[in-house]
Amino acid sequence: MDNIIDVTSLTKKFGDFVAVDNINFEVKKGEIFAFLGPNGAGKSTTIKILTTLLLPTQGKVVVNGFDVLKNKDNVRKSFGIVFQDPSLDDDLTAYENMQLHAILYSIPSSETHQRIKDLLNFVELFDRKDSLVKTFSGGMKRRLEIARGLLHHPKILFLDEPTLGLDPQTRNHMWQYVQNLSKQEKMTVFFTTHYMEEAEKIAQRIAIIDHGRIIAIGTSKDLRKQTTTNSLEEAFLKLTGNVIRDEEASNIDRMRQHRQARKGNRR
Amino acid sequence: MNVIYILWLRQVKKYFRSRSRIIGSLAQPLLFLLAFGFGFGNLYSKAGGGNYIQFLAPGIIAMSVLFTSIFTGIEIIWDRQFGFLKETLVAPVSRFEIMLGRTLGGATVGTIQGIVVLLLTLIVGFRPVNIFLLPFGFLFIFLIGVLFTSVGTAIASKLEDMQGFQLIMNFLIMPIFFLSGALFPLNGLPSVMDIITKIDPLTYGVDGLRGTLIGISNFSLSLDFTVLVIATSVFLLIGSYLFSKIQV
Repeated sequence: MDNIIDVTSLTKKFGDFVAVDNINFEVKKGEIFAFLGPNGAGKSTTIKILTTLLLPTQGKVVVNGFDVLKNKDNVRKSFGIVFQDPSLDDDLTAYENMQLHAILYSIPSSETHQRIKDLLNFVELFDRKDSLVKTFSGGMKRRLEIARGLLHHPKILFLDEPTLGLDPQTRNHMWQYVQNLSKQEKMTVFFTTHYMEEAEKIAQRIAIIDHGRIIAIGTSKDLRKQTTTNSLEEAFLKLTGNVIRDEEASNIDRMRQHRQARKGNRR
Repeated sequence: MNVIYILWLRQVKKYFRSRSRIIGSLAQPLLFLLAFGFGFGNLYSKAGGGNYIQFLAPGIIAMSVLFTSIFTGIEIIWDRQFGFLKETLVAPVSRFEIMLGRTLGGATVGTIQGIVVLLLTLIVGFRPVNIFLLPFGFLFIFLIGVLFTSVGTAIASKLEDMQGFQLIMNFLIMPIFFLSGALFPLNGLPSVMDIITKIDPLTYGVDGLRGTLIGISNFSLSLDFTVLVIATSVFLLIGSYLFSKIQV
């Protein structure tokens, strides 16, 4: 089994809105793979399906050899995830957040403390381990989330726009760590971004996604060759056009729009 | 088992860490107790009802458990908005365990709240008639807690944000409280009211508390207990079903 993620004709609809439109791709074991696309392209939706948070409307998704519909728990054990927006409990301390994660992932209690200590040291938060998370800055929260996502030694690390709102120092530090880890532990990394240089520098292969479809896939070099351009940015713009996209509506916003639309029809 | 424990612990820790919430949630029962207790006390005893504070205290205890636990259940909406819900939903544990841990946590918080309010009522002059029945009183308090945390969970699983909250407050929580007999005796009501009060599950919680604390009740304690256990199981099932369907 060479592919750790295998996606076949995946479609996701929210009502009439097609967020992901019949996409196919695979990610190889140990690979660093990027989803590059403008706002609202379907990046986050795809990640949510890969991580069992959303159910696909159609298609087959296999993660680490397990089907996301039939074998949820095994899929969930296989990955760690850092979400686009924070998912920490602000009223708990950094250590308590880590501990809770350790128990959710049934990490043996004899190992828990050492692992938490190592990871918190690594993200330089160990001296703040007993502070409530609500006292942390955005960058500190992100670092803590990365540490938490790695606590159960996942085979795949999902990062959804992981560097959004981080300063260049933290960004660099984070990528260095993730790259090292990927090399040492043969961990697969799947991330989404709309920063070109990030995709170009970090990812071994890139899928460009727009309007829910994958319009190109390959190494940065492939993409440039394919579009006869000199940089990934030019390739990207050539493929996706110059139209400015609206901020992606969250699930909630979309439902609200639907509700309003329905209300309007009744009148 | 560990998962249930850690999520229970989280709920309890969060409660003790929010001092303003504890104080705020004690002010309301105290206000009710003083305003109604002393406001209607004279009238009530003249009408032959006896000591109103004695009658009222179990109702106010039930009220505080109702509010505290339903809010703890509804906290899922906050967790959804602040993102923590996702952390639990991608974890390789069953949704039922998550729901159970949270619910028991909410019920524990409600129970603590109920006991604190019970202590407050003592200051105002309430006296339980039989100390040996107190543990059964705590049992009723805990059952009310589990029941309404599950109700809160069920509601929160269907709500996307806090916008519908006012509706729930006015059309669900307040009626449950006012029509439970917490403030007035249930005998001699018009028949429609009588039926509604008998459908309201809190009625049996209030009645059970009154039975154990002051020895006066409309129904038998075993009926109160049975109805509460059945209602709790039903809402626990509904809550965990709706919770298992959450997509974020």
